[in-house]
Amino acid sequence: MTKEEILALRNEPWRDELRKKMSPKDRGALERVKMPELTPDYRVTTFTEEVQQGLTKEMAVAEAQRCLDCADPSCMKGCPVGINIPTFVKQIENEDFEGAIATIKLTSSLPAVCGRVCPQEKQCEGNCIKLKMKQKPVAIGYLERFAADYERESGKMKAPKCAPKNGKKVCTVGSGPSALAFAADMIKLGYDVTVFEALHEIGGVLKYGIPEFRLPNSVVDAEINTLREMGVDFQPNTIVGKTISYEQLHEMGFDGIFVGSGAGLPRFMNIPGENLIGVMSSNEYLTRINLMGAGRGQGFDTPVLKGKNVVVCGGGNTAMDSARTAKRMGAETVTLVYRRGLDELPARAEEVHHAMEEGIDFHVLHNPLEYHGDENGRVKEAVLQVMELGEPDASGRRSPVPVEGKTETIPADLVVVAIGVSPNPIIPTNFKGLEISKKGTIVVGEETMQSAVKDVFAGGDIVRGGATVILAMGDGRKAAANMDEYLKK
Amino acid sequence: MNKIVAKEYFSENVVRLEIEAPLIAKSRKAGNFVIVKIGDKGERIPLTISDANIEKGTIDLVVQRIGVSSRKLTDLNVGDYVTDLVGPLGRATEIENFGTVLACGGGVGVAPLLPIVEAMKKAGNRVISILAARSKDLIILEDQMRKWSDEVIIMTDDGSYGEKGNVTVGMEKAIAKEKIDKAIVIGPTIMMKFASLTTKKYEIPTVASLNTIMVDGTGMCGACRVTVDGKTRFVCVDGPEFDAHKIDFDEVMTRMRAYKAEETAALAEFTK
Repeated sequence: MTKEEILALRNEPWRDELRKKMSPKDRGALERVKMPELTPDYRVTTFTEEVQQGLTKEMAVAEAQRCLDCADPSCMKGCPVGINIPTFVKQIENEDFEGAIATIKLTSSLPAVCGRVCPQEKQCEGNCIKLKMKQKPVAIGYLERFAADYERESGKMKAPKCAPKNGKKVCTVGSGPSALAFAADMIKLGYDVTVFEALHEIGGVLKYGIPEFRLPNSVVDAEINTLREMGVDFQPNTIVGKTISYEQLHEMGFDGIFVGSGAGLPRFMNIPGENLIGVMSSNEYLTRINLMGAGRGQGFDTPVLKGKNVVVCGGGNTAMDSARTAKRMGAETVTLVYRRGLDELPARAEEVHHAMEEGIDFHVLHNPLEYHGDENGRVKEAVLQVMELGEPDASGRRSPVPVEGKTETIPADLVVVAIGVSPNPIIPTNFKGLEISKKGTIVVGEETMQSAVKDVFAGGDIVRGGATVILAMGDGRKAAANMDEYLKK
Repeated sequence: MNKIVAKEYFSENVVRLEIEAPLIAKSRKAGNFVIVKIGDKGERIPLTISDANIEKGTIDLVVQRIGVSSRKLTDLNVGDYVTDLVGPLGRATEIENFGTVLACGGGVGVAPLLPIVEAMKKAGNRVISILAARSKDLIILEDQMRKWSDEVIIMTDDGSYGEKGNVTVGMEKAIAKEKIDKAIVIGPTIMMKFASLTTKKYEIPTVASLNTIMVDGTGMCGACRVTVDGKTRFVCVDGPEFDAHKIDFDEVMTRMRAYKAEETAALAEFTK
């Protein structure tokens, strides 16, 4: 969106009037809204009830009043998909909730998801002008979620209009956030779109990775259903590169392929005892519970080990999800082991805060050295190296160094390793002609998302090697715009 | 959803299912497997493809009724649908003209061995197959195996068919008779361990096909990890076949028992 377009919308009469209703000073004096939350004691007893309950209409309108409606909105610069933030916020203030969601949907295909899982503190809210005025930023994420939830709960979810069919066919490999964003843009442009997914469920990491207490499956499914109504064809249980080859996709008439196959391969630390029973990747732990329903009541065939003393290794959002899930599975103690300090945790501040409230023990400045098992090959304890912070490393964070000779042994009958993932190798090894980086990611043009194979575009973790939902969505949108240009030539 | 078009009982607890899966029938190779899930709340279980018919667009699975999921699958009848079926997964068997190949199948392990034996024969190998089982009624696919083998040795633990003794007895006999260039062993882990120890004595290059616990089957979860040559490998994407002399079979057997208690309880509940 150009500066002129942003200004033109800002200069509409209703918005002028709304701005004048309250002085910037009064707006500045308003307190940032607090999202209603389930109490920690209660929420650790439920998998499906969301920790954050969403804003009421009144709360949303009051929060929207805090926005100064800047002429040059810096928040928008922080949004990877370029949502017209001040317009939708002012529409909420004006109680035009349907207008607000329509504004968001012009550029975002998964607003209910992004409103919940985006790291807003690093993006839109991190760029809010109010921060410079020593005020708390506008709760843009909460407002986005409110608008999306309002529409869904009203039962009037509208599928955006699509251009007339242009006779061309494209497909995605995977059905996570990058692929869904790509599919949404391409179907709007008039393409026939097929989404191929390896698993039996559509949604990728939104389903198998992020737990329901943070992102309910019903919310993800509602967004997917909108895409289905728009005409996107979803094909689960299909592995491109295995079930169908690149050549077969062409025989089937696909003109362009978007690869959003994600960062599928879990990393382990390669330390002694890591193959004991009870040591598993966060991918395995979360997939068993989130996707397969293990430990979640009657009727699910997939089992999962329930630890009494659970150790989670890592400090990212996935580590927080794993630790909080373990608590909900009934663990007596959940210890999060992270090699740097509390200030260096890569997880969102909100997730860390929620985890602490739920009684997760943060064992920072410790790093697993080895695991010991019992006579049945089951893990029983973890030996941790005590660490201290040294000089800053390439990432700017102070690097952890072992304190020579200092270790600690803690009981552990379940260890969840959440130290990151590597790109899924199926497409890199099965599509000929792609350029693959040393890390195993697909190399694409930074602006075009086009790979060395001209009709193959890629985005999300298969390109980035491990990032966020919203960055993946941004990639999907960029790839859609560029593939459209490429196919029109 | 994939339709079951034929069902055949090899024995009381061993069932062959022929299932519609045209894309998989076309793209599968010897050694590949699929993941099957029955019902919305079902479990994802890996099963090796034992045969495929490209014209009919079907694949064959031979399933032993052991736990809840294998029972749910084999309780289905012709005309019923498998809820989810995905594949082909894993690396295909390395097929070339090695010379003389010794193919050893234990129990239902003969089923995944069949396409390998066929491919090995077509690649110009002399193929000696050993079919081993506890008793006569558990010897499966004998005719099909004979079709692609130059010689077939049948071994039963109780001597009710073929010769009495376990698979290694038959292997020793075959090895004593002629030079073996390559061995393939598929069956229960304990059988593969001892078959592998036998060929190691004679330094015969050997591969074993592992059937570990899996969830997604595409490299995502790591439930299937095994130690091969001191390194952790994933059976689903690095295997399922590995150099048998380098597999830590004891670890494989331990890890197979990860959910023993849960599986036993679930089966008791299911058969109640």
